[in-house]
Amino acid sequence: MKILAANRLTDGETVWLGAGDCWVESIDAAHVARDKEDEERLLAVGKGGLASNQVIDVTLVDIETVEGRIHPLRLRERIRAGGPSIHPDLGKQARLNARSAA
Amino acid sequence: MYRYDEFDHAFVKARVEEFTDQVQRRLSGELTEDEFKPLRLMNGVYLQLHAYMLRIAIPYGTLSPRQLRKLAHIARTYDKGYGHFTTRQNLQFHWPKLTDIPRILEELAEVEMHAIQTSGNCIRNVTADHFAGAAADEVADPRPYAEILRQWSSLHPEFTYLPRKFKIAVTGAERDRAAIEVHDIGLHLKKNADGELGFAVFVGGGLGRTPMIAKKIRDFLPEEDLLSYVTAILRVYNLNGRRDNKYKARIKILVHETGTEELKAAVETEFAALRESELKLPEADIRAIEAYFAPPRLKARPEGDAVVAGAVQKSPAFARWVARNATTHRNPDYACVTVSLKGIGEVPGDASDDQMDAIADIAERYGNDEIRVSHEQNLILPHVARADLPAVHAALVEIGLATANAGLVTDIIACPGLDYCALANARSIPVAQEISQRFASPERQEAIGDLQIKISGCINACGHHHVGHIGILGVEKKGAELYQVTLGGSAREGSTIGEIIGRGFGPDEIAGAVETIVETYLSHREGQEETFFAAYRRLGVAPFKEALYGHEARAA
Ligand code: SF4
Repeated sequence: MKILAANRLTDGETVWLGAGDCWVESIDAAHVARDKEDEERLLAVGKGGLASNQVIDVTLVDIETVEGRIHPLRLRERIRAGGPSIHPDLGKQARLNARSAA
Repeated sequence: MYRYDEFDHAFVKARVEEFTDQVQRRLSGELTEDEFKPLRLMNGVYLQLHAYMLRIAIPYGTLSPRQLRKLAHIARTYDKGYGHFTTRQNLQFHWPKLTDIPRILEELAEVEMHAIQTSGNCIRNVTADHFAGAAADEVADPRPYAEILRQWSSLHPEFTYLPRKFKIAVTGAERDRAAIEVHDIGLHLKKNADGELGFAVFVGGGLGRTPMIAKKIRDFLPEEDLLSYVTAILRVYNLNGRRDNKYKARIKILVHETGTEELKAAVETEFAALRESELKLPEADIRAIEAYFAPPRLKARPEGDAVVAGAVQKSPAFARWVARNATTHRNPDYACVTVSLKGIGEVPGDASDDQMDAIADIAERYGNDEIRVSHEQNLILPHVARADLPAVHAALVEIGLATANAGLVTDIIACPGLDYCALANARSIPVAQEISQRFASPERQEAIGDLQIKISGCINACGHHHVGHIGILGVEKKGAELYQVTLGGSAREGSTIGEIIGRGFGPDEIAGAVETIVETYLSHREGQEETFFAAYRRLGVAPFKEALYGHEARAA
């Protein structure tokens, strides 16, 4: 299974392609491609995002689902999805923690 | 320190305007990413895992309080409240928005700073001994020459598209604190028998995938020939360096493949043609640049010894700090202070906006307005009166930067690694943090003595692991982090590349392995005077291997 990751042009924020081909800030909302055809489609939309200057550095990321949640296989992509492991107070993980604490 | 003249101001201003325009054209879609990427890289803007990164040049690691305050302001206003000092004496911000970068560069230009040539295949920021102009063991201040090289290399049309990046380091002391033998060009400023200044020239050093120690190709180059000779080296490299393979493109490979003698002959031929050209440095020009680096007028402070002795009596914490973090100054009333950015369990090289502001204050009040960045990722106050050391220590305690560990096992170099860097294979910082916590006890650190641990998150070796007494390299194996250990590296004069000791260690094992190595050293050393490095030289790898893997071999 794969998802499509990129960085937003204006601020570099890591984003993924989600439902309705929108770029989303949380990996949980990424659209999961379960077959080759869907992967091709993700890449095509990603190329479009690159061409329309919304995102840069578009790549497919290998994942599995763990208890229904998206879990990238590589640590690199897991860190990208959360933020620096040494700074739970920074990046996406901080926003998520703040939300779950509220 | 050096002050921009009109030309410098106009040059940096023009560059900011140019890049601002390029950013705007990128945002409007007029430039594609393929077109923009080389342009942003020429201005120090990288893309990392979570955001863009802006790398700011700190020429030869010298900063004024005003500049440090500006960096604090940028951290606070445009970033997430901190900056990361690197092994290249630069500063990186890890979270700037592309839309803010033009404004950040404008702010930097206000204090005579920029991000030019902090990336790309050009001559990068020239680095120097962080105690330059203050060290007791120095022949002369190397920074005027670093500044001459900076001016000459800035947007040098011939050397803007080299086969690969190019790094120059300069030292003016016998004790090499600038790691010159692992740079593309290393310059050792010295005096000849007639008392004239010149350089021993080393070429072809570097770390990364193929670590190499530089070869000395000139024992004494008169100072007036500096630019002609360096130009000769770069011409030979630019013409003959490999462009077919990124991993073989550095000058170290050219030196290795050509052979030192042949390369030296090629450089000398080129130099002979250039020697009497406009590149010859007029004496007056050298002295004019030197005047910018005139040492501060240091008042006599003979009370220093008594004040320090009194404070040492009263406070063991101060005593430890003075013993480790104050280095001999050429003026006996003064000391060079190392402000450790390696608090126990902290991120090596990181400083918060408030800490940067506070250090700027301390430098103004007690440090003759000078701050340095060391390649060991610490900050330095090069000119502090010994009589003021207790006050400086107290001020550093307040901001949590009084850790007395300069040169000790917890003074670890670590690159950003997989927590930030898009090229990383493994994390570096958490490994540094765990080792630091294990060796937190000041008594234990003191008992261990001088020991340099250096960690890189990939083979690019930004953390200089090859030249750590203990070097740690993060790799990725089957999707997991694995750490390879090397022993016996050194970046001092007569540098050595460490040897790989055996199979790597998982993230949960690596700190324990380091502890085993240190314990092995302690049980084998001939006394406290025998440092880890000296003991390793004497013992070789065998006892360490046995301690780390012996039980496995026996079980097999
Ligand atoms: S050594 Fe590798 S991981 Fe570390 S900062 Fe350099 S490129 Fe990134």
